[in-house]
Amino acid sequence: MAQPPSAARTASDEFARPAKTAVTLHVNGVARELTLAPWTTLLDALRLYLDLTGTKKGCDHGQCGACTVLVDGRRIISCLTLAVMKDGVQITTIEGLAQGGALHPLQQAFIDRDAFQCGYCTPGQICSAAGLMAEGRAHAPDDIRELMSGNICRCGAYPNIVAAIEDVMFGKATQKPGEAAR
Amino acid sequence: MNNFIYSRARDVADAVRQIAAEPTARFIAGGTNLIDLMKENVTRPSRLIDITHLPIDKVEETAQGGLRIGALVPNSDLAYHPLIEAHYPMLGSALLAGASPQLRNMASAGGNLLQRTRCFYFYDTTTPCNKRTPGSGCSAIDGINRMHAILGTSEHCIATHPSDMCVALAALEARVLVTGTGGERSIAFADFHRLPGDTPEIDTTLQPDEIITAIELPPKGFAANYTYLKIRDRLSYAFALVSVAVGLEIAGGMIKEARLALGGVAHKPWRDRDVEAQLTGAPPSSETFGRAAGTMLQGARGFGHNDFKIELARRSVVRALTQAARGTPQSQSDKRTA
Repeated sequence: MAQPPSAARTASDEFARPAKTAVTLHVNGVARELTLAPWTTLLDALRLYLDLTGTKKGCDHGQCGACTVLVDGRRIISCLTLAVMKDGVQITTIEGLAQGGALHPLQQAFIDRDAFQCGYCTPGQICSAAGLMAEGRAHAPDDIRELMSGNICRCGAYPNIVAAIEDVMFGKATQKPGEAAR
Repeated sequence: MNNFIYSRARDVADAVRQIAAEPTARFIAGGTNLIDLMKENVTRPSRLIDITHLPIDKVEETAQGGLRIGALVPNSDLAYHPLIEAHYPMLGSALLAGASPQLRNMASAGGNLLQRTRCFYFYDTTTPCNKRTPGSGCSAIDGINRMHAILGTSEHCIATHPSDMCVALAALEARVLVTGTGGERSIAFADFHRLPGDTPEIDTTLQPDEIITAIELPPKGFAANYTYLKIRDRLSYAFALVSVAVGLEIAGGMIKEARLALGGVAHKPWRDRDVEAQLTGAPPSSETFGRAAGTMLQGARGFGHNDFKIELARRSVVRALTQAARGTPQSQSDKRTA
């Protein structure tokens, strides 16, 4: 005799089914209302439920920095952040840095300095650099290197990443690669 | 990650009530270690109690002339706090030696104390680990143990404590303020973390119904003669092979008081009062420092891959004591060893 349909439900109900939680995330200036399971990371909320795929999932363990976003202006790791804990706060992702069609100076500097190869770490690098500049703790290239150490670049574009950040941070005239040598 | 219930604590009393009612629940603040442990299925809490809205997020001067650091103060805010920079630069330096700027923006002071070891066998649920599954055995003792402990180990566990901040707190003789169902108490830092012994699954003396509310620093910060020297496989964003926090008080060409704590070598920040007593009253010379380092490491034991740590730690102690005595603390940006 076939199992009654209720059997499957009964089996799954042995596990706690916590209620989903209503969350309002203010992402790039827009209030986005979501109903999320509490174990949803901010990274997954951005990518899977808000279609903001600029923020990248690299290691998903807080070791690579690809998922860096700004929360209330501070850079954080979105893969180790629960979305339900960020109810009501301001979140800025790579999609929110450009203003009115004009690239953020860091975005332009990364292009000018060829500060990437595959580009996968780049959104995290740029958001992290924006956080670094807001913090105001970097005064020399050594400081930039140390304070950008949470962002891994598997292609090894580090020299050009530091150069791009220096350009913006210290107001250097933008130079195309190669021009400086001439 | 397992399913769990999410709730917020309204105040410290509510947090204590919630954790006491559900021993399989966990507090969450920064989440930088806990969420990772949950993703690895090492920790499977039935409930996460969000404590980030509790009013324990301030740095305040105490009546005794010390500092009270709220448990929720982010590591980055603490590292750059003017009172830390002025009076406890060893603690600021240790904080900046740890993790990355993003993680320091998230991680709380209280949570830093409750970090769990980064022993890869502890994280790998397919291998035996007495800390994760008591009685299952230790995979590290006969395994890949380059990162593991050389002091205070037991036959059941050779894991190290991963924190940099805690090494400085041990040297500064901080106290940990906690609240539980039985009220408030203050724990000396040396008594907060445990050695593994027969129960490596228990990291600290914090009770299951207790929450850390603050860390208290005594007035003495050793701001003139200090260092935090961290030796690691890459120069940034890596856990310590060996780290050394030193605070010296030097008067009339003699060491009047010495504090010395090691990280990366034991299940807890490692202090040795005999070594500190040996340094006290001695001239700050290379002979004094060499003798102190020898005493500090005399009980050390390697497990194969980490044998090098014994000599590395000995040399690091000498170097750190020299840096502190000269007033040339290790920079955390300029990676050349001072």
